[in-house]
Amino acid sequence: MSKGRFGVHGGQYIPETLMNAIIELEEAYNHYKDDPEFNRELTDLLNNYAGRPSRLYYASHMTEKLGGAKIYLKREDLNHTGAHKINNVIGQILLAKKMGKTRVIAETGAGQHGVATATVAALMGMECEIYMGEEDTKRQALNVYRMRLLGAKVHAVTTGTATLKDAVSEAMREWTNRIEDTHYVLGSVMGPHPFPTIVRDFQAVISKEIKEQILKAEGRLPDAVIACVGGGSNAIGAFYNFIEDKDVRLIGCEAAGRGIDTADTAATISTGRLGIFHGMKSYFCQDEYGQIAPVYSISAGLDYPGVGPEHAYLYDTGRAEYVAITDDEAVDAFEFLSRTEGIIPAIESAHAVAYAMKLAPTMDKDKIIVVNVSGRGDKDCAAIARYRGEDIHE
Amino acid sequence: MNNRIKEAFAHGKAFIPFITCGDPSLEVTEQIIIEMEKAGADLIELGIPFSDPTAEGPVIQAANIRALSGGVTTDKVFEMVKRVRKVVKVPLVFMTYANVVFSYGTERFAANASEAGMDGIILPDVPYEEKEEFAPTFRKHGMDMISLIAPTSHERIAMIAKEAEGFVYCVSSLGVTGVRKEITTDIGEMTSLVKANKDIPCAVGFGISTPEQASQMARNADGVIVGSAIVKICGTYGSDSPAHVAEYVRKMKDALR
Repeated sequence: MSKGRFGVHGGQYIPETLMNAIIELEEAYNHYKDDPEFNRELTDLLNNYAGRPSRLYYASHMTEKLGGAKIYLKREDLNHTGAHKINNVIGQILLAKKMGKTRVIAETGAGQHGVATATVAALMGMECEIYMGEEDTKRQALNVYRMRLLGAKVHAVTTGTATLKDAVSEAMREWTNRIEDTHYVLGSVMGPHPFPTIVRDFQAVISKEIKEQILKAEGRLPDAVIACVGGGSNAIGAFYNFIEDKDVRLIGCEAAGRGIDTADTAATISTGRLGIFHGMKSYFCQDEYGQIAPVYSISAGLDYPGVGPEHAYLYDTGRAEYVAITDDEAVDAFEFLSRTEGIIPAIESAHAVAYAMKLAPTMDKDKIIVVNVSGRGDKDCAAIARYRGEDIHE
Repeated sequence: MNNRIKEAFAHGKAFIPFITCGDPSLEVTEQIIIEMEKAGADLIELGIPFSDPTAEGPVIQAANIRALSGGVTTDKVFEMVKRVRKVVKVPLVFMTYANVVFSYGTERFAANASEAGMDGIILPDVPYEEKEEFAPTFRKHGMDMISLIAPTSHERIAMIAKEAEGFVYCVSSLGVTGVRKEITTDIGEMTSLVKANKDIPCAVGFGISTPEQASQMARNADGVIVGSAIVKICGTYGSDSPAHVAEYVRKMKDALR
């Protein structure tokens, strides 16, 4: 079997046109990941530009209201550009620059990865083009403007369901068209090897910090770490340094949309099966003939029919658990966290908050839960207002 | 090597048309296959539609969507092939995506395809590194798995050519499928690298639409593949397309004689 496997998952299912680019990327990454100068620059940017380390905040009001386990929030929403996405983008664009690339392209769902890419491209003087499903450009109009403001060109993708999966397909097509000077900044732990590994390594800073911070605050590891999962980059980042700590439950929250018993869902692990798409073998929502399903979630960032191969493997081995959270539950959690802690989470992150709200009351008060608040929710306010029947415009 | 595919390259330069099965309907696809054979097609590529064809440009993407919206499934394509195989001798090669095969079950797919009368398969999202998952199963059922080489393949060509079966699909240009005004890749260099490693036919595809381009490409290759230009005709003429496609195929084949 080929390289980059997590159990049966992963691999490199891409057109021959891209193979040398992928091999070049892997070689460059293997060279720079242990390069002291590269790591010094990376850490400097993460700390002084992105604002790391992000805080681990004890949510005392939420804890009290739910009446069970102590809840800590990992505040990835406080990073520059408002989400965890910047961790990976800084790493990849720094790498691309070392490789001599002058142009970056990226897909985006909610727009957070696109904004992060446009931001770092502006910082590092790279040409930048973003592919975003037309449906998402409507749901996230403010982010489209932010990307343009940052100097990126935004392409509205009209093919297929005009959402995240189509944006990924279109970015891949564009990469086959122009490889020499271009790096594809894939935004999640998905796609062909080495992307799932590279993105995971750049996001692993989240769990590295959580570990240090919780040991300092509580003198012990948490009982559970909860994160939302679309492709799965913030979740793998929050899980990675706990994988060997078998007593720490790792819980990924997928988007159930209108429910996993309906067609309007994006819960891949709950409803999908093994397949090959977007360069990887993993679980995908698909019909009996392997046609990729048109998935749905209120969250543009979780609205993806697949899941990263390492998550598929963590599921297979039972090391991580995956639960499905509906739109309704996520919106309730979005409002709950806003009111109890004065923190407006991204609707993606609200899926993780929603599961913490279910789990905490079932646990003793001496137990500890860490919820990864992967992003901030400003971008979602108009959409949530509409969900609640209030027609406001940005 | 599959005998029918070998035969396709035994009579001068081969003309290889591609169509998307079920665009506009499987009945029309069947007629187009029959007409293309009569018009001089040496080998025919049959696309099994996929919801997210990442190697295709807008024309073939749209054809995939049209076919799927019309209710085409892999099983219905197999039935169509079974019917048309009774009346045509031309080698038939599937072109589809890894998930269409994997999800159906590679063994079951290969067995049913072979039984229906298929001779080979092209999976553009399965590069050399992943080929072993599929190629031996198809080989067992007498089908060739066609390897692709691209303008970016360079030193990979030798390795790919050594294990190639049937013919080598030389991708003429960067990017996805679709008509191009100009092809700047040095095709001669690609095909001579292939042939230095294995005595196997090379067919050039991606971007070719005119008889002039076809004859120019054929100078350095054993065959020419045309997809988008034909799929465009199908999109324009719908159920009337068999006669129009036949006329186009005749013109292209003449340019290669």
